[in-house]
Amino acid sequence: MLVVGIDVGSTSAKAVLFDGRIKVYAIRPTGWSPREAGAEVLAEILDKAGLSRREVAYIVGTGYGRVALNFIDQAVTEITCQARGINYLTGKAGTIIDIGGQDTKVITVNEQGKVVDFVMNDKCAAGTGRFLEVMATAMGMDVDELGSLPKNVNPVNISSMCTVFAESEVISLLAGGAAREEIVAGLHRAVARRVKSMLKNTAPATVVFTGGGAKNEGLRRALAAELGVEVMVPAEPQITGALGAAIIAWEGNGGAVAHN
Amino acid sequence: MWRELDMDLEKHDVFLGALPVAFGEVFLRQENRPAGMAYFDNALAEAHGGRIQEILAGKKAGRMVAGTFCVFAPEELIFAVDGISIGLCGGAQFTVPTGEQVLPRNLCPLIKSAMGFKLDRICPYFQAVDFLIGETTCDGKKKTWEILNEYVPTYVMELPQKKGAADLTLWEGEIHRLKEEIEHRSGREITADRLASGIKMANARRDALARLYRARWADPVPISGKDALLISQLAFFDDPERFTAQVNSLCDELEDRIARGEGVTRKGAPRILVTGTPMALPYWKLHHLVETSGAVIVGEETCTGTRYFAGRVAEDGRTVEDQVKDLARRLTAINCACFTPNKDRVEDILRLVRDARADGVIYFSLQFCQPFGVEGRLVERALQEAGVPVLRLESDYSEEDVAQLKTRIEAFLEMIAS
Repeated sequence: MLVVGIDVGSTSAKAVLFDGRIKVYAIRPTGWSPREAGAEVLAEILDKAGLSRREVAYIVGTGYGRVALNFIDQAVTEITCQARGINYLTGKAGTIIDIGGQDTKVITVNEQGKVVDFVMNDKCAAGTGRFLEVMATAMGMDVDELGSLPKNVNPVNISSMCTVFAESEVISLLAGGAAREEIVAGLHRAVARRVKSMLKNTAPATVVFTGGGAKNEGLRRALAAELGVEVMVPAEPQITGALGAAIIAWEGNGGAVAHN
Repeated sequence: MWRELDMDLEKHDVFLGALPVAFGEVFLRQENRPAGMAYFDNALAEAHGGRIQEILAGKKAGRMVAGTFCVFAPEELIFAVDGISIGLCGGAQFTVPTGEQVLPRNLCPLIKSAMGFKLDRICPYFQAVDFLIGETTCDGKKKTWEILNEYVPTYVMELPQKKGAADLTLWEGEIHRLKEEIEHRSGREITADRLASGIKMANARRDALARLYRARWADPVPISGKDALLISQLAFFDDPERFTAQVNSLCDELEDRIARGEGVTRKGAPRILVTGTPMALPYWKLHHLVETSGAVIVGEETCTGTRYFAGRVAEDGRTVEDQVKDLARRLTAINCACFTPNKDRVEDILRLVRDARADGVIYFSLQFCQPFGVEGRLVERALQEAGVPVLRLESDYSEEDVAQLKTRIEAFLEMIAS
């Protein structure tokens, strides 16, 4: 049996083809049409695997674009999917920090991969991927460059988490002569503190960091420093939601899953 | 009629223009609605028509018209002088920007919207009132009344923040003072007989609403949460005797449905209790999102829910003194977040979870509503300790966070189901 999980987020669309293990996966920008992005990323994995659509038994869609996908069999929220995907990868209970384009989520998962509790940012973009993207632009950088800056710099203090105010703050810091590295480190620390405030209870034992934000090494380091625990990042942190969707499709159709 | 009320007709038309579409989408598309909802659908349709004509006719015949904002306003005193009591508009994003012209932006949308309705002159009720009864339930409201008073006479009652003996005495005094104000404004004396009939009228409405809420305990539910919310919202506007009769006749129908096992959702649909800030007309966003995600709302521990009909007032008071004491005692039965401490609210919520057989609780607070926002943590912890899943949501009247709210609500339902 072959199943597919598709996660159409605000920034990128991800698909995973699953047959008990990850067979192939693909990631592409969402662009303006979530439905097209979903269809394209599905076509891409089928093409990679040399399969036709008819050979796929079941498709689960997730992410903010899930409502736009008219070719899927079932829609499940990205919160449930992340939990399932991470539990498959780690086999453990713990806390997931998912920093995506528009949302930051903190999800508590039990041993079975079920969501016990979750917190998600309100409608404002404070602490999300979009926040870092705006700041990168203000500094004339690409968001992907933020993570690769040197480790040992003193973070400047960023006092505002409001995207618009923080942008002004970054611009005046630059004007005041602060180094970009120090501002970036300050931004990472600010996002990490924001995430810490979303953790309602004490610091969790196992923390897995996913979403596009997890590709940012500087942000991972800042989270580990603020939370005082090790922060794990899966090999491909962007596809864990799509993977969870695929596993839900697999299990829903009678498939059994062994942990990776 | 509109000119007489000094309405801004152009703006009013724009505001009302959007309502039929929204109402159709949110309410009329529901399946298997009780036939008795027809009255309430019509009452909403006539909110800016027949009902306001009635009020104006009453006014011409010499009846006093008082506007209220809060479940603590002792409407019994208004009924006692054959006055008309109306809750005020305050649940629409449309008037928030105007409200923000005189109020800070970081204030709750309920207050900003209500203020905007007055400034925009698009709420006929606001235009028809002789005076308003405000109260000191939060700092935002307390200070807003001073500004609102520049546009329409606003009488402020000091609501205590504790429930001790001294607080009851204070509240009793406040009720006496309001009684004098109402007597002065209406030109009628409030006698024990008149107040007794006012108390009976308010109690009958409370009894009818309590009956409606009990009907929602059945599985499958005989009525949607949206419809029950609409009824509670209209309770603030409609003629109380007619409204009570209509709620009771709807309840007859609902009780028949329960006996037949008929409902508006499948048996076993996830059941959600909503607790938190009031949802003034026409705020239906949360209920609509929950009920289009496959769950049903089986109760509201809000001011547009159980807090509205909490605290039946004793009917055996012989003297006005005793009756005012009885009215004051109602203070102890309403667990608004403005009180400290407010442990009884947690007990109320846990009791409602049991009675309504709720699978989970959504704690909803409007943005910048400090009392309910802060109290959320205590309620959440108590529910978690009792093993009841709880989702905290904060929002306002705008539509911009609908997709994010939907994700959280769906994830919460998935969490409950798993």
